[in-house]
Amino acid sequence: MAVTQPVSRGVPGEERHRIPIKTLLIYLLPLLLLGIFWAEYTFLPNAQTFTKKKYLAAAFPYFVGLYLVVFGVGLFKKNFRQKLTYRSPLISGAIGFLILWDLVTLKMGLLPLPQFPSPGAVVAALVSDAEVLFVSLYHSLGLLFTGYFLGLLFGLPTGILMGWFSTINYWLSPILRFIGPLPATAWIPVAMVIFPTSFVASVFLVALAAWFPITIMTWSGISNVNKSYYEVARTLGANVRYLIFKVAIPASLPSVFVGLFMGLGSAFATLVVAELLGVKSGLGWYVAWAQGWAEYAKVWAALVIMAVMFSGTTSLLFRVRDRVLVWQKGIIKW
Amino acid sequence: MNRVTAEKTEGIVPVQEAGRIRVQNVSRFFLQDSGPDVIALNNVNLDIEPGKFYSLLGPSGCGKSTLMRIIAGLDEATLGTITLDEEPIRGPHFLRGMVFQDPTLFPWKTIEENIASGLEARGILKEKKHEVQEYIRLVGLEGFEKVYPHQISGGMAQRASLARALVNHPKVLLMDEPLGALDAFTRMQMQEEILRIWQSRGTTIVFVTHDIDESVYLSDKIVIMTPRPGKIKEVIDVPLGRPRSRNHPDFWRIRSRILRIFGFSPDFADSYHI
Repeated sequence: MAVTQPVSRGVPGEERHRIPIKTLLIYLLPLLLLGIFWAEYTFLPNAQTFTKKKYLAAAFPYFVGLYLVVFGVGLFKKNFRQKLTYRSPLISGAIGFLILWDLVTLKMGLLPLPQFPSPGAVVAALVSDAEVLFVSLYHSLGLLFTGYFLGLLFGLPTGILMGWFSTINYWLSPILRFIGPLPATAWIPVAMVIFPTSFVASVFLVALAAWFPITIMTWSGISNVNKSYYEVARTLGANVRYLIFKVAIPASLPSVFVGLFMGLGSAFATLVVAELLGVKSGLGWYVAWAQGWAEYAKVWAALVIMAVMFSGTTSLLFRVRDRVLVWQKGIIKW
Repeated sequence: MNRVTAEKTEGIVPVQEAGRIRVQNVSRFFLQDSGPDVIALNNVNLDIEPGKFYSLLGPSGCGKSTLMRIIAGLDEATLGTITLDEEPIRGPHFLRGMVFQDPTLFPWKTIEENIASGLEARGILKEKKHEVQEYIRLVGLEGFEKVYPHQISGGMAQRASLARALVNHPKVLLMDEPLGALDAFTRMQMQEEILRIWQSRGTTIVFVTHDIDESVYLSDKIVIMTPRPGKIKEVIDVPLGRPRSRNHPDFWRIRSRILRIFGFSPDFADSYHI
């Protein structure tokens, strides 16, 4: 959303005090919704029984306080205010969604229990099981990074070798075409038997899941490098090493990153399935375990943590991409 | 030329030794599975004198680009030999620098890094890094060192590509229609730039073009090539001083002579500007 900034008139120092009413209203919207949520939660009668600890109710004053601090900072820092004004409708929307969720569960009982707990119950699960969730997150991250890193470690060289040497391509591409499309999760029964521990088996599965798209996109990137780059480099005195490391690889990086993102996606999927089925730790295991006890508030809590973990990892990769492919700035649109 | 004077006029980069290219009985056939084989070059002989500006002039299909690619070492002659200073040519070499019609800058490198590519490829970037800035100055790209290729215009990109070839001190600079993709104004500006750089660097230049005016304006010698099969029809001298005027009667005389060689009547050429 575009926010019109006040046209500065008079002394520059006065500029920050002239905030248009509309901007101020948008800026205050989250606070207003937070108040409505608090009131709705406190004063409406419950349709469901709520036996958990009331962490959410206790948290309201902190949320309001936090927003007031943010609001205060925004009054004095123009850049911060602009960012916040831009995000404000979105934050308000999120709070609105929580109000609606609370209404249809706790307050009106429209959704069945135990599958659809109220926001307060999920918050209670997040807080009371924080330690287990944290350990599970730690294990999942360990599995994700080990597996993904191994997939990368094997995927990049395989792709580069296939793109550069036709003999290697001759032997590897049929294998890749035949085995690659098989989802890594299909290997679970075999992997669990072959490898000594379920963790090693899962690392293998995640690595395999990441390896395939990374290899394919690296290979495709290397083989699609504009041939005139090689010609130019050769007239400049380049040897084969230079052609591979200083021309082919940098030129194929945009394609490699597509593979890295695809690989990360399959790594997530494989990780969760592996943990649901075999591994005795991690968020996937936690979800399966909580479901076994019909503790759906915990299931939802784990899903929230998973979403944070996966989107965080993805944005981390985006950051790396933006740094490495800085030369594409203004060309790429994703 | 005295080294000290050279440093005074062109910074710290000394004037380079120019090379002589000899093309002897060179033919290039392209064998086709269907249809007749193509004779891209038919028994071409050419002696390119050191330090001179040569143009290869002809319509498309006359083999001028093929000949240039063979001299660059990017293509091989089916028959015949080509030597640089009596050394037979085998594959590309940095002493035969090349500028392509498309600037083909490496998009992942800044302008400065692009120009430094030749030194980097030869593993001497550390010792010669100071020269990169000289060449950036020579082609007038100061201030654009840290910029990426997609951020600059076609003319500037072609300047960068010229500097990238020159940084290796080539004995011969091969230019394959380097101004073909530029607009008329940028083109004339770049012609001046190329002449200025050539006069200060003293390297041999082989310049492919299909523009008669351009070849007369730039060259010492014009190699006129005709297609089907591609061959050299005539090599003509351009005994004009520099700077040249495109309106001088002598300029027009040479122009008319070239038109006659290609079978156009000069009167026709006067009324239609080819």
